[in-house]
Amino acid sequence: MAVRPLESARMTDRFHLDAVPIRLDGCGKTFPGGARALEPLDLTIRGGETIVFLGPSGCGKTTTLRIIAGLESPDPGGRVLFGDEDVTDLPIERRNVGMVFQSYALFPNMTVAENVAYGLKVRRVGRAERGRRVEEMLDLMHLGEFAGRRIDQLSGGQRQRVALARALVVRPRVLLLDEPLTALDAKLRDSLRLEIDRLLRELGITAVYVTHDQGEAMALGDRIVVMAKGRVAQVGTPREIYYQPADGFVADFIGTMNRVGGTVRDGVLRIGRGSLPWSGPDGPVELLTRPEDIALASGEADAHLDGRIAAAVFLGDRTRLVVEPADGPPLTVDTAGRSDLGRGDRVSLRVDPARLLAVP
Amino acid sequence: MTSLTHRRGWGFWLQLGFTLLVCALLTVPMAMSMLAGLTANYFVGLKSGLTLHWVEEVWRVYAGTILLSLQIAVACLAVTLVVGVPAAYALARRPGRLARLVEELLMMPVAIPGLATALALIVTYGAVGDLRSSWLFILVGHVLFTLPFMVRAVLAVMLSVDLTTLEEGAASLGAGFIRRFRTIVLPNARSGILAGSLMVLTLSVGEFNLTWLLHTPLTKTLPVGLADSYASLRIEIGSAYTLVFFLMIVPSLILLQGLARHGRPSA
Repeated sequence: MAVRPLESARMTDRFHLDAVPIRLDGCGKTFPGGARALEPLDLTIRGGETIVFLGPSGCGKTTTLRIIAGLESPDPGGRVLFGDEDVTDLPIERRNVGMVFQSYALFPNMTVAENVAYGLKVRRVGRAERGRRVEEMLDLMHLGEFAGRRIDQLSGGQRQRVALARALVVRPRVLLLDEPLTALDAKLRDSLRLEIDRLLRELGITAVYVTHDQGEAMALGDRIVVMAKGRVAQVGTPREIYYQPADGFVADFIGTMNRVGGTVRDGVLRIGRGSLPWSGPDGPVELLTRPEDIALASGEADAHLDGRIAAAVFLGDRTRLVVEPADGPPLTVDTAGRSDLGRGDRVSLRVDPARLLAVP
Repeated sequence: MTSLTHRRGWGFWLQLGFTLLVCALLTVPMAMSMLAGLTANYFVGLKSGLTLHWVEEVWRVYAGTILLSLQIAVACLAVTLVVGVPAAYALARRPGRLARLVEELLMMPVAIPGLATALALIVTYGAVGDLRSSWLFILVGHVLFTLPFMVRAVLAVMLSVDLTTLEEGAASLGAGFIRRFRTIVLPNARSGILAGSLMVLTLSVGEFNLTWLLHTPLTKTLPVGLADSYASLRIEIGSAYTLVFFLMIVPSLILLQGLARHGRPSA
């Protein structure tokens, strides 16, 4: 698809991994004591796909990952399949997965190279080939010069790159990442996220990524599984999740969402003093819309709502306004960065009818 | 400022004097005792000359007790390693209330006076076969007494390195339990195992309370022999005996101190 630089194409040949699909069949998890961590879940992850489990803490995303990994077993009746193979009863050490942990889980009693070589040693790969593959993988992750270092001599970002190298060098069937960037500071998080994105695309491996950070989920996921309270709230591409949220929870969890109240009568929706064509049953409605889909009205004629600016935050590329309309909750509105509007100014707003969402 | 750093007030000298006095109070008797073991005739004093005669005499009479003490200490170490390290591992991996309760119970033999433990052992196992007259009977007492120290030392290190996640990492790379234990658990608990081992050796060699009740005339350990010699022989022999005891125990104590200072989980 995308045009890759020559060097990357060569690396891809050497490291390309099998793209194994994963299927979860009715995988629920009840912990001893009766707490339900995960409602029975059915999900197919396509081979080579990067799927991101996204949700607040305690939503069941890590439990799902651990069930796929083999660190937890699903409640009776649940099945985990890698391709055609039922791996439900296999412990993690026999599933051939690669796993990256939030806390790195690097072995402090070994050097960087020894950490990366560990999985190959377990697999009885001969010394010569082991050395070659470790070296290749360290080069791929730009860690060549750190081969002999001890783990405690590395920065957080370097540690997580070692963890990635260690997981990938054994050519796992799937790569599982449990909040791999959470322990890093913001700047490092961005650069390592780009690096992980590049790796996953080039290797073509099936990857499952768990995070509570919607930015990470949007950037990395081919598809995102939004979870809440042990249930799947929505499965979709980042665009689907952002533009067509399945419910109010997803809408509020991903990005910023405005709630606008209006009334429908005879195919016409009235919002404030404006009216739009609208198909739907008559009566009061609550509609959702994104900050970038509300604009400042150019004249009195096309304005829908009036309000007073309660806050104006300059974000460089745009200015984010919080506008308090005459009635209803405050609205967040994105305008041009070079705006000289300020707190207390009165503005007229126009909503984009095509971007209004009715969500259950 | 300058007066504080450059000229020390009378308070400093008072504190220094007091500290030295306390040190002297503790070390002078030790030094006197060791010196007595090297003095030809203690009642005459140092002018009677220094000699190794008494040390040789100790070796002639008490070599058996010294060797038995070493034998028991080594055997005790072996048993506490084989039992204590897996026990600490099990406690480290199960962070439940039951695990903490077991941890507390493990300290019981330390809290109960050695004499009471020894009596209980004699009452319970004294009539079992030839156990009463065997050195193994003393070994049982020593293991009971030292095991908690091994478990505590290893457990503390194991809890500080997040073994659970490390093991999950190793398992994800294909390592089964035995390999994980050998390549991840043991190396990362090394400093704790080392500290525990030295502790066990030191405690076993010096143990008197339990041993005094458990021993027979044929299974005398060094501290029991020491009490014996002080009670019935010349002061020079007892002192020379103490000197031998110090020589055995001080190196391991120094190592222990060194470990406590530099011992980090990854070291």
